[in-house]
Amino acid sequence: MHTSARWSALLLAPAVLLVAICFVVPIGSIVLRSFTEPELGLATYERLFADPTTLRVLGRTLLVALGAVGLCLLFGYPYAYLMTLVGPDMRAVLMVLVLVPFWTSLMARTFAWVSLLQRDGPVSALLAFAGVPGVTLLGTAAGVMIGMVQILLPYMVLTLSTTLSRIDRGLLTAAQSLGANRYRTFFQVYLPLSLPGVFAGSALVFILALGFYITPQLLGSPRESLIAQVIGVRVERLVDFAGAGGLSLIVLLTTALCLAAAVLAFRPVRAMLGQGGDRR
Amino acid sequence: MNQRTPVRLPLALWAGVTALLLVAPTLVVIPLSFTERRSFSFPIEGWSLQWYERFFTDPRWYGALGTSIAVAIGAALVATVAGTLAAIALDRARLRYGWLIRALLLLPVVVPQIVAAVAIFGTYLGWGISGTPLGLLLAHIVLAIPFVVIPVSTALQSFDPTLERAAAVLGAGGWGRFWQVQLPLISPGVITGFVFAFVTSLDEVVIAYFLQTPTLRSLPVQMYSSVTVETDPTIAVASSLMLVFSTIVILLPRFFAARRRRLLKAKETP
Amino acid sequence: MSKTNQSPGAPAATLQQTGRSVRLSGLSKHYGDFAAVDGIDMDIRAGELLTLLGASGSGKTTTLSMIAGFTTPTEGTVLIDGEEITRVPPHKRNLGMVFQHYSLFPHMNVRTNVEFPLKQRGVPKAERRRRAMEALEVVELAHRAQARVTELSGGQQQRIALARALVFSPSVLLMDEPFGALDRALREKMQMEVRRIHRELGVTVVFVTHDQQEALTLSDRIAVFERGRIEQVGTPEDLYERPASLHVATFLGESNLLPGTVDGGVFVTRSGSRLSAGSAENGPATLVVRPEHVRVQPATGTGAGIAATVGEVVYLGADKRLVAVTADGEITARIAAAEGYRPGDDVRLGWEPGAAAVFPG
Repeated sequence: MHTSARWSALLLAPAVLLVAICFVVPIGSIVLRSFTEPELGLATYERLFADPTTLRVLGRTLLVALGAVGLCLLFGYPYAYLMTLVGPDMRAVLMVLVLVPFWTSLMARTFAWVSLLQRDGPVSALLAFAGVPGVTLLGTAAGVMIGMVQILLPYMVLTLSTTLSRIDRGLLTAAQSLGANRYRTFFQVYLPLSLPGVFAGSALVFILALGFYITPQLLGSPRESLIAQVIGVRVERLVDFAGAGGLSLIVLLTTALCLAAAVLAFRPVRAMLGQGGDRR
Repeated sequence: MNQRTPVRLPLALWAGVTALLLVAPTLVVIPLSFTERRSFSFPIEGWSLQWYERFFTDPRWYGALGTSIAVAIGAALVATVAGTLAAIALDRARLRYGWLIRALLLLPVVVPQIVAAVAIFGTYLGWGISGTPLGLLLAHIVLAIPFVVIPVSTALQSFDPTLERAAAVLGAGGWGRFWQVQLPLISPGVITGFVFAFVTSLDEVVIAYFLQTPTLRSLPVQMYSSVTVETDPTIAVASSLMLVFSTIVILLPRFFAARRRRLLKAKETP
Repeated sequence: MSKTNQSPGAPAATLQQTGRSVRLSGLSKHYGDFAAVDGIDMDIRAGELLTLLGASGSGKTTTLSMIAGFTTPTEGTVLIDGEEITRVPPHKRNLGMVFQHYSLFPHMNVRTNVEFPLKQRGVPKAERRRRAMEALEVVELAHRAQARVTELSGGQQQRIALARALVFSPSVLLMDEPFGALDRALREKMQMEVRRIHRELGVTVVFVTHDQQEALTLSDRIAVFERGRIEQVGTPEDLYERPASLHVATFLGESNLLPGTVDGGVFVTRSGSRLSAGSAENGPATLVVRPEHVRVQPATGTGAGIAATVGEVVYLGADKRLVAVTADGEITARIAAAEGYRPGDDVRLGWEPGAAAVFPG
């Protein structure tokens, strides 16, 4: 129906004002502080990059995030693929198995890992049983990675399963009827068709991993901290909002770059595969 | 049905491992919550309900639960109203900068949590609302708005606009059309949005952590400090309750859907 | 068939009314440079059933939409019983409308759907229920009052939509291709239903369709739309027998078209046959004649008309359809079933001077 510009402005106002004032202004102001405190200029960035730990932390964070993406794909892709093969009842069960952890409190799940990975905990016992005694994963990068992958895995599976469930299995039968064997069919037909979902899921997991604070804080160690922890420390211990703003800008730019890449990667892939017109 | 691709054993096994990885680790909190000792250690030698008793009698714990529920209800209500109205405006008016407004409203899901947390902490500190219920409420409202806008927009896409025309020509004015036709038909999306918003607020840790004061602590923040500062198995109780809650949230709509299907079937074959 | 409390066909007294008139004057709708409706004038009489007939994109739906109030005219006015409503919002126009895809509210049952317009008008609950049941009786679906709308067939849904559009005794009933989604048998049944309800209730109906057979079956009058303009308004008979343009002549019913030229009151076909052209002006022209007006005679002597050879004869029961091959192409004729022409016979084709029409171009 005809909705006048005034009406739609009125309807949009509460949400837009809330997000703009209570979210965009804070983000803008902390980034701004990195350029204005203690004085106008790039002093904060000179300071940040003069500190060798900044680059080390940044590199470590990117590596951990990439590792999390890789492992999430390794576990998530076959699982999402299986979801497209089974019947509706089994699919519902597999879906619930993803959704329950997805909706369970992050704090509860991180705590579960703290208790599992602790010294002489169940994981240590399991490793000792397997012939590797005396290992404690709590407080190590490996421990952080395990917890992160388990917590981020549902995001990957949910994104992938949306894409995979839309792939027309008739194409695979067609490819096989044209003489392709199972492996060729998978790698030359199915995998390319699923790439949009792979990109979207990877971008999502990567972005979430970049900003992870609670899990590395509880499962990792201060000696191997990630960028989120460094930002937290700057604010909590050092009351250095300028430095935190500078690091935040770096994280934001990485996120934006990653989003842009995902959006751009999506389009040509989609156009190429002629999957475009699924919006009405 | 077209023929089904057979599921090969290695794939099934690997997916089984993944399923175990998804679900099993979290379950460990349930036995821990019944432990007799003041530690998280295994194996559990004696069983007791003392931590449950403590959860519901220690004001730090039940107070945190109360704070979390109050903030989550408030944030979900405001976010649902604001997000639904915005989604309707974005759906109807072909605004030239509509995509920009949509992007703005979705921003809180995209910005990494730690960046949002320190930014909000810094600014709210200046405004004097850090550490107040209002500050926490505002932060959670904003965080929850995207989780309302997304499902409501989806519901609006499948809403047939000629129904609104029909309502108009039959005599319904703007309010009547909204309350009697549009809102009932998009209500599944609105309810989903409310649940998303509620759970988002209930689970949020990082912002709540930075905005906390000794008197204003949400349940996740109380849990966080019970791991870092002290070894208090009451956290296992809180975790178990959260796990049960999320399982109910997931299974309840499925249970109702299954029951409705059964009823319909029973009606067709009397 | 369903049993209803009243004898079938007896109208519900409260639904009976005097229809109102609609006047469109200088009505236009432009989208940028494109004129969807281009300055139409039309009087729809109180109580008549008028069809807007045309191909898609001819402007008929836009015109209906301007009467309903969904579309604001660029120029011109809409009047109901002399009162201007051009800028009145749809919910204040008191019009009934039936849509192509029923547009029943899926979250309400049959009865609450029909009660909806009464509720908007503040009718008390008991009264609302009584009138809704009456309207449902008119469409013979009172026994499904409690059903969910999704449980009903397409034809039943459209009858509910009709009851919903009539229950509040609207001044005018608008129908936008209401039977387009139904199969042929059901469509014909529904057409009869609309005729009956229109006759019994006396409501003014504006009916949009692209189906000329439907328009001929239903209408008191038809307005033929083409490129945003009205080509002709008239009774089905007017339009069929006395088309005002070549487009109207070909759009309604079957016609034979002969290209040629008019020269001083004589129509000369391409092959040189000379026929009466009436009062047509000189220049290139097309002669149009209905198959039932073509007279077929044995080719004896040299009488007036066009020489032809019988190509095909199809027996249709009541009559026969004969396709004759002439030097100017094929001409179809309807002949009595008793006539014994066979393919290959030489014949002569003719018609009464008044039965053919000549249009320029």
